[in-house]
This record gives sequence, structure tokens and C-alpha cells, in this order.
Amino acid sequence: MAKAAVKTATAARAPALAGRDFSATGVKLAVLAPAERISLRAPAASVAALSKALGVTLPKAPKTSASKDGRTALWLGPDEWLVIDEAGGDPLADCAGVKALHSAVGVSHRNVGFSVTGPAAAATLNAGCPQDLSLAAFPVGACSRTILGKIEVVILRTAEDAFRLECWRSFSDYAFAFLSQAAVDAAA
Amino acid sequence: MLLIRCPYCEEERPELEFRNAGEAHIARAADIAAVSDEDFEKFFFIRSNPKGIIYERWRHIHGCARFFNAVRDTVTDKFVMTYKAGEPKPDISKLKKESGPAAYANRPPDQLNVKKPAAKRAPASKGDA
Repeated sequence: MAKAAVKTATAARAPALAGRDFSATGVKLAVLAPAERISLRAPAASVAALSKALGVTLPKAPKTSASKDGRTALWLGPDEWLVIDEAGGDPLADCAGVKALHSAVGVSHRNVGFSVTGPAAAATLNAGCPQDLSLAAFPVGACSRTILGKIEVVILRTAEDAFRLECWRSFSDYAFAFLSQAAVDAAA
Repeated sequence: MLLIRCPYCEEERPELEFRNAGEAHIARAADIAAVSDEDFEKFFFIRSNPKGIIYERWRHIHGCARFFNAVRDTVTDKFVMTYKAGEPKPDISKLKKESGPAAYANRPPDQLNVKKPAAKRAPASKGDA
């Protein structure tokens, strides 16, 4: 027992559904890599300062998003945004230096992101989302908090036939199973 | 499904995104401790429950999450109009003629979310489900 080496365990993150994907005719689902996310609440007077700090202009119009250098700001409500950073930056740290009134909460590990791509992507989401996802009503860059089946999700249209879907981690099994079945149905 | 106009999102959204939040325009007394029991009962429990036009609070809970007010007909379930929280109670007798109905079913297609209808679809072939 003389050489009782102290072993220190390092906790490894286990993202939900990491690397899972699913393909059906005309639609492809994939679980996206982990990203930094913040839930941002701020009055109109603070928007300019926060936009400057984040490097992306916070959109003010309903159902719109703004994206720059791998960082996307999604309008969720009149004073509420979801900021997603996929480039390895830390939006929470960027907001920390802003003196203007705001509330930034890190929700990186609360959410799981999915991509739904292909010609039948909108049909797949519409299996559980009651919103009009046609290009006329939901153009590229449009985003909205809405529902999918019985869970709340945030949908962002990244291209004409591609969506990013964000749901809470504990709902991700449900979301993936729902979308997988919807993809099969949409392909049929 | 009803489409309800959210005054913050500025468009019609499916009713599944909304939740009713009781009657609107019920003012809480500034000094609630001084209110008599009878008046408190009226404020707290007694609701108008009309047959016809009712002013209600609704919340776009699975959308922008904002509370707003709506004028709804309890007989037909038709939303006459919606307006932001804090705005004064609208005079419905004037509104009925001028403003368009808020409910999807009562709007022509060119007034819906879609600005211009997309190119006409090819007619479905017979036997297509």
C-alpha cells in the first residue's frame, strides 16, 4: 500500500444522441455537434450595445434571425433572443462586459440541435409543427419558437431545404424518434 | 384549427401555440389590503362569463411567450381582434365594421401570412390520397 497512486477522474461530457443520424427518401436527419448557446433578454435600449459585443446584430423583427461568423441570433420574442455560437466562441463571456441592462443565461447544454435537410424537410417538420413552413411564409433565415408534436422547439430555416431544430435535451429522444418516423412518412 | 393573430409576432399562428389566461381588464386595487371582503370576492372570483363578446388574456406560450388581449365571441369561438397587453379596451361596436376578422377562417387568402399565393399547383391526379 506504499504506492497508493491517487487517480483523478476527469468527467467526459456525453452529449445526448451524439452523432446519430437518419436518412429517408428526400430527407436526412442529423444530430448537430454541441454548440455554445445563450438565452438573452434585454430591453430595446440595450440592443445596440449587446449587438456590438456579440458581433452580430440582434434582429428586431418577429420571426427573423441574423448570422455572422458562425454565430446566429434568433428572435424569439420582443425582448428575447437565442444566440447560438458554432465557431467555438463564448457569447456569455462577450455579454459579460456589457454595462447596459440585460440578462444572459448560458443554455449550451440545455439544448440539442438537429438538422433536417432535403426536399422533404418541411414536410417532415410539418408532421408535428402546425406552422406554415412554405418558403413564402417561412423564408430562409426565418426562425420561430413553436411546437413539434408535444414538445416545444425552436426552428430556424438555414437554407431552402434545410432546417435547424433546437429542443431541450431531455426531449431529444422524443424529437429524434418523432422526426425519424415523420421522415419515413414524408418520403412515402 | 384556429389561427390566432399574435400582436407581437404580427401574424396568425396556430392555436396550439397559445394558452388562455382568463378574463382581461380586471384591475387590481392599488391597496389590496384595504379592499372589503365583498369587493375582493368580486375582484378575485367573480367573472362576467358572457354569452357573446368576451375580453380575454391569452398567452403565446409556445411562441414569443408574451401575454396579449383578445376579443372573442364565446358563441362562435371567433376571434374578433387581438391587441397588445396594456392597450385600452377597444370599443367593439366601432370595430366590427372596420377591422377585418382576426380568425383565419374569415380572412381571404391574400390577407394571410403568405403575401402572394404561390404558383398554382398542378391538379392532383385521380386516386391520389
